[in-house]
Amino acid sequence: MAKLIFVFLTLIPILCNSFTPEKTSDRRILVLLDDFAVKSSHSLFFKSLQSRGFDLDFKLADDPKIALQRYGQYLYDALVLFSPTIERFGGSIDAAAILDFVDSGHDLIVAADNNASDLIREIATECGVDFDEDTSAVVVDHSGYAVSATEGDHTLIASDDFIKSDVILGSKKIEAPVLFQGIGHSLNPSNSLVLKVLSASPTAFSANPKSKLTSPPSLLGSSISLVSVIQARNNARILISGSLSVFSNRFFNSGVQKAGSPTKHDKSGNEQFFTELSKWVLHERGHLKAVNVQHHKVGETNEPSIYRINDDLEYSVEIYEWSGKSWEPYVADDVQVQFYMMSPYVLKTLSNDKKGRFFTSFKVPDVYGVFQFKVEYDRLGYTSLSLSKQIPVRPFRHNEYERFIPAAYPYYGAAFSMMAGFFVFSAVHLYNK
Amino acid sequence: MAVTTSTPTSPPSMAQDLLNSLPKTLKLKTKQQELLIRVTTLGLIYILAFITRLFSVLRYESMIHEFDPYFNYRTTLYLTEHGFSEFWNWFDSDSWYPLGRIIGGTLYPGLMLTAAALYKILHFLRFAVHIREVCVLTAPFFASNTAIVAYFFGKEVWDSGAGIVAAALIAICPGYISRSVAGSYDNEGVAIFALLLTFYLFVKAVNTGSLSWSLASAFGYFYMVSAWGGYVFIINLVPLYVLVLLVTGRYSLRLYVAYNCMYVLGMLLAMQIRFVGFQHVQSGEHMAAMGVFFLLQVFFFLDWVKHLLGDVKLFQAFLRITVTGAVSVGAIALGVGTASGYISPWTGRFYSLLDPTYAKDHIPIIASVSEHQPTAWSSFMFDFHILLFLFPAGLYFCFKRLSDATIFIVMYGLTSMYFAGVMVRLILVATPAVCLISAIAVSATVKNLTRVVRAKVQTLQSGSGKGTSASKGSSKGVIDNSQPFQKNGAVVLLLGAFYLLSRYAIHCTWVTSEAYSSPSIVLAARGAHGQRVIFDDYREAYFWLRQNTAPDAKVMSWWDYGYQITAMGNRTVIVDNNTWNNTHIATVGRAMSSYEDEAYDIMRSLDVDYVLVVFGGVTGYSSDDINKFLWMVRIGGGVFPVIKEPDYLVNGEYRVDKGAAPKMLNCLMYKLSYYRFGELTTEYGKPPGYDRARGVEIGNKDIKLEYLEEAFTTQNWIVRIYKVKPPKNRW
Repeated sequence: MAKLIFVFLTLIPILCNSFTPEKTSDRRILVLLDDFAVKSSHSLFFKSLQSRGFDLDFKLADDPKIALQRYGQYLYDALVLFSPTIERFGGSIDAAAILDFVDSGHDLIVAADNNASDLIREIATECGVDFDEDTSAVVVDHSGYAVSATEGDHTLIASDDFIKSDVILGSKKIEAPVLFQGIGHSLNPSNSLVLKVLSASPTAFSANPKSKLTSPPSLLGSSISLVSVIQARNNARILISGSLSVFSNRFFNSGVQKAGSPTKHDKSGNEQFFTELSKWVLHERGHLKAVNVQHHKVGETNEPSIYRINDDLEYSVEIYEWSGKSWEPYVADDVQVQFYMMSPYVLKTLSNDKKGRFFTSFKVPDVYGVFQFKVEYDRLGYTSLSLSKQIPVRPFRHNEYERFIPAAYPYYGAAFSMMAGFFVFSAVHLYNK
Repeated sequence: MAVTTSTPTSPPSMAQDLLNSLPKTLKLKTKQQELLIRVTTLGLIYILAFITRLFSVLRYESMIHEFDPYFNYRTTLYLTEHGFSEFWNWFDSDSWYPLGRIIGGTLYPGLMLTAAALYKILHFLRFAVHIREVCVLTAPFFASNTAIVAYFFGKEVWDSGAGIVAAALIAICPGYISRSVAGSYDNEGVAIFALLLTFYLFVKAVNTGSLSWSLASAFGYFYMVSAWGGYVFIINLVPLYVLVLLVTGRYSLRLYVAYNCMYVLGMLLAMQIRFVGFQHVQSGEHMAAMGVFFLLQVFFFLDWVKHLLGDVKLFQAFLRITVTGAVSVGAIALGVGTASGYISPWTGRFYSLLDPTYAKDHIPIIASVSEHQPTAWSSFMFDFHILLFLFPAGLYFCFKRLSDATIFIVMYGLTSMYFAGVMVRLILVATPAVCLISAIAVSATVKNLTRVVRAKVQTLQSGSGKGTSASKGSSKGVIDNSQPFQKNGAVVLLLGAFYLLSRYAIHCTWVTSEAYSSPSIVLAARGAHGQRVIFDDYREAYFWLRQNTAPDAKVMSWWDYGYQITAMGNRTVIVDNNTWNNTHIATVGRAMSSYEDEAYDIMRSLDVDYVLVVFGGVTGYSSDDINKFLWMVRIGGGVFPVIKEPDYLVNGEYRVDKGAAPKMLNCLMYKLSYYRFGELTTEYGKPPGYDRARGVEIGNKDIKLEYLEEAFTTQNWIVRIYKVKPPKNRW
């Protein structure tokens, strides 16, 4: 009995730890595979995840026992779909379940490949990524291909057209091109959230390399995206790649030389690229939180329920960034606050004290109504901060106006002289007969 | 010149019989008997006026009716809870989101203050009533008071007999009851009392030339200004009356004292109401009163000069110069004031009163209100019944015995009848005048006839010509010519008059119980087996909002329901019945008449969380949003020309069935009203999706909502609430 209690007591911290709301990085990841061979052929990528503290759960995609949630609780924090050919998931998982998983704030890594199934394509389409409709088409680049021993059909391409964002790809520059062999996709122009992380070179196109081109390919040049990410409005992050082999040990370890380029790199950029990208996708980088929004009149500390026009007020918010281990103060000089009622009446850049606190002070405009303090902070790669706090602004009360104004002295004089005159007149009129 | 305040010379005979049967010890003198009867009658009228307005409470429950009263109720509640100072400075952030509304500065506080005072008095007397009960019964209480004022007014204008008849007529007149049943807690409830009181006191002041009566009338005016925007009628009618007296040569010092005191003090007092403020000196509607005020001074001055000069020729010359000078100075002042913007031009509402077609062309928001429509003949008949015939007769009697007071009542009657013809709701203003003038007709006729009837009994006594007025004299003359026939005729006529009056009483009671006692927030209908069916959907929906939505949720609906949502649902609304910002209303109208995706952007920009529509297709309730929809299109199109009315019509015809315009079938209002309606069979033997309010099968049964989702629909589908979805997560 005592032993049981002891076990329970030692378990408490662990149990508590797993539920802490402060934890933003994912800890449990479900990896769905076409077959278990992938587990060893892509072991470098998985190892890098495991070494960063993630708990990987490998399952076959058609395993009938897999489930994303139980009793309404999600069992995993992220999902890796390395099963490009799967037509139907096992268990209760389908495309809608995966999208619900994302819509409730969880992350997703999807890898398609040459013969990607309709299911994978559907999931991608729902995220704003359209793979080439021609199922036999792959990305071909006759001038940006990776030089290899055999001439080949130029479907193994070396791309170095990365998104320019330190937040997404890490501050260390990726020197070597990334090897890619797979299908291309385009971004849905109506989706404003999807980003091209790795795009094909202007000479690339998407077609079946084994057959003769009869009509112009539907995807051309640098509009072809090879790897894309989406940050949803609820800050769930999604990585979509047109190739599964880019994650493989073979690509991670192989050397690369881009056609036409004299430099030959001993190691391709794949490992660095996908490791950094997975850090971003799994919220180890670029995750901001805003807490402790405060506003009050200058000289006071309590938040009022209503402001008066022309009040002077102070506004402050604390913003922190997740470093992978702890919340660090976020430092930036471009965070702005709006005092907003249908349009911003005040727009001020917040100053910060390098300890995460952003603050400013301003005067309430001479307009009454229901205003909002709005902070809309959208920076490439960072989670978008959208804070709004409603506060009404009232006009002056009847006794808050100035009692005597100099401009009105003639009127005061007139009124009092009239009274005096009337009094004198009455007296004279009544008693002077 | 003043009316001789005559006591009735012949108390009703029936009362005398009654008194004869009393023990001799109780025998009173004739005068005392008359007083007793008069007081008893007035007391009965007072009670009658109150209880006839209680049908709504008996039929339904003690509740506030309609739309505006809910705002009044909410403000009264605030006043009693937070005190006057908070009420006066109340900035309401729950309405007109995100603009807000300064309640204290944009309402007429008279009604709320009255109700709050009654509430305080009752609580002081240890009657622990709820403020709602006070609000519900305020209007009937003031209707009783109005009847008493009508008595005094009638007495002032004609005689106490006419006063009693006037009190009785106005106590049950449907034109007045329509706005003063229990629960109709609106400004008009106390305003008609204030209006009649002001007029009565002013006429009294003119008749007596007394400063104190004049002061009293200024206070009456102040109360009126604090209670209702209809005070503009007073401030224009009184100067017009003074002008008429001047023109007809009835100028007197009494008039001078009465008008000047009333105008100056009334104006100063009225300025204390924040909503009125400086309008008395700055707005075009009030300039007539000021012009007449100056004219009176000129008149007085001329009178004085005439008195001083004593030379006709010299005075004529002086008169010409002064009048020309005064008129040109006045005209220049008015011109400069208007041109510089100091004097604001007439408002649209004022124009629409003078020209009934103005609102239709220029201000759709005024024209869209059903009570602003021109009056149909039937509603005159409905609201006035026999008074409509008695009114001209009364005018005849007034002209027969012309005095300052009768001139006033004639002018009041004629002008208000014109306005009643322009707008349905102004029948209310005409009602007291119609009742008074009709009362004169009834009283004079009945008095003459009874005199004829009694003449036979007391031949000798009545033979001596007592009548002082012309009408009496003439009737006497006829009596002497052919008495027997005349007497029978008089009896028949008297019986006829009583029959008519009894028909009037029956009609009034019927109208009150059938037409004017419905709270319109709870609907009643007859079921298939003749039983009464109650639709309480409005309150169901508002309480749902109150209990199931976030406290700061914003609800978008057409403005009609704004006051009710804030008062009963306690949620923020975008627009409400205080239609002060046309653009904001037009934005809502535009959202309702746009496609769903366009509407979504508008709703997002206004932070709308819920959309509420009223739909009568299941119950056959015809004043729903689909029937109001063309007004939304017009008002929206008035500000945003992208909305065009012809897009919603087919060959100028408004329809919702298969032949409807494509834009109509896909606009937000259509979708929200008819969402999933195609699955419902409303009537046996009709296809599913049969709209009972319009009697057609709807044209678009397969409605998909992309940006909104159904949140709540009441039991009878009258109110439907939709939630605005947040933006898509991955797009």
